[in-house]
Amino acid sequence: MTPTVAAGAEATAVERVFREAYGPAVATLIRIFGDITLAEDAVQEAFVVASDRWRRDGIPPNPAGWIVTSARNRAIDDLRRSARGRELHEQLGAVATASHGPGADEWGEDAPVKDDRLRLIFTCCHPSLRPEHRVALTLRLLGGLSVDEVARSFLVSEPAMAKRLVRAKYKIKAAKIPYRVPDEADLPSRLGSVLSVLYLIYNTGLDAPERASLRSEAVRLARALVELMPDEPEAAGLLALMLLSESRVPARSAEGALVLLRDQDRTTWDRSMIEEGQAIVRACIRRGQPGPYQLQAAIQAVHCDADSFEATDWAQIVELYDQLLSVMPTPVVALNRAIAIAEVEGPRAALTTLDEIASDLDSYHLLHAARGTMLRRLGQRNAAREAFERAAHLAATETDRRFLAQQIEELAEDGALMEHRPGRSTGSSNEASAR
Amino acid sequence: MSTYAVEGEVEGAPSTPEEMEAFMEPVAALEDEMEASGTFVFGGALHGPDAATVLRVSDGDPVMTDGPFVEAKEHIAGFYIINADDLDAALAWGRKVVEAIDHPIEVRPFRATGRVQA
Repeated sequence: MTPTVAAGAEATAVERVFREAYGPAVATLIRIFGDITLAEDAVQEAFVVASDRWRRDGIPPNPAGWIVTSARNRAIDDLRRSARGRELHEQLGAVATASHGPGADEWGEDAPVKDDRLRLIFTCCHPSLRPEHRVALTLRLLGGLSVDEVARSFLVSEPAMAKRLVRAKYKIKAAKIPYRVPDEADLPSRLGSVLSVLYLIYNTGLDAPERASLRSEAVRLARALVELMPDEPEAAGLLALMLLSESRVPARSAEGALVLLRDQDRTTWDRSMIEEGQAIVRACIRRGQPGPYQLQAAIQAVHCDADSFEATDWAQIVELYDQLLSVMPTPVVALNRAIAIAEVEGPRAALTTLDEIASDLDSYHLLHAARGTMLRRLGQRNAAREAFERAAHLAATETDRRFLAQQIEELAEDGALMEHRPGRSTGSSNEASAR
Repeated sequence: MSTYAVEGEVEGAPSTPEEMEAFMEPVAALEDEMEASGTFVFGGALHGPDAATVLRVSDGDPVMTDGPFVEAKEHIAGFYIINADDLDAALAWGRKVVEAIDHPIEVRPFRATGRVQA
């Protein structure tokens, strides 16, 4: 290994440590100082110092603790220097010294407190904040992404994202959004907001290959949440759902085009993720407190169990969708259930179910894609073409549009084949539940 | 301790004395509860937007026009200034207000200025 490569590897290691340490360190500093911006600035400054030192002396055994101690000392120095700060410092002095005694040396006995991260998740995902602000705050403060990285993930400019973060932080401060885990009574709905933010981050990463890092970030945050709240089965359910979805990512696309579940090369699915996800699902079932994320994970677990599309236990999948629909009666769940019905009762039954929800989902491309698939299987090529064209018109991503164009092309091929082999049934799209 | 303004946006206010009495009963009970817990600072109802006058000063002269500022289906019909430790505590009281008046409300932090002490 040449020295240049060694230095490069060391730099990457330092960057990875920074990203891992950012959320825990900021969370602990917010508890100590009660101010998000101050905490962020202090951690940033500590990173600058660490960056030089660690490259020279190596990464300390407890990097997050080192960052917390160094950032805390810096923040206190900064506060002492400003007049406003002196006042604040006097108020805080008691707290800071009480929780960080003189024994804390530079190599860090100030380990970040786990609960601080949990408090911060609930602050970032407070329902009084706009959903897009919740996502941005979570990625910036807990995920440790730079403002520019968050901006790129959501296809907005860096100044626009910076403004969004400033507004959100202003509201937290002005409205005194609390920095604590909510009471038992508020917990279910507040946890729901946290889970949906994490799932949104994951799905944003799934929509476009250039945003793939959001998926690993979402998995990392979900894992942290499960570790922090081991008694919440829905948090575990969300982690399992992400892992099982993630396991199939290698098979989901080929040359930039979407590959349906039916056609995926199952040997490329990530077995270790499947095993972990399925183990979580089994633990959830033993707990017997089903919820939307656990049921969605259970459905994915059944898919991951099958050696082929045909060998899938579709009856069990329909049963799980029935349960899911009873706790989460949304048209999108009904759509996925209809697609599963096609594999048990056939395309006509699925089409009937789809037509029942068509008015609710008229502007959703996957409804029309599913209708197109069922119509194609029933040999109604003209109606199928119309449905696919409508779906293509509504689709938001290039990948989806390309996939739908391919379906329309295949319809034409069906036509050519049908002259020789009338009544041939063609492949089904399990698009929505295949994602 | 922070102070919050809890504003009610009421449309179709009670018109008869009987309706008014029925409307005020839970409101009065809630105000008693706020008072007893040290939450209540100040509050009351505003007369309807038809009673509003918009006042500006133009070139040093007062200019009056018939109010309100903005004609809207919903308007601020009243407000409470309350003490609450944080937003969650304020929202918990806000929820009781919504239940008492059966209308949506807006909860906003109140910042004391000048003579008013928070």
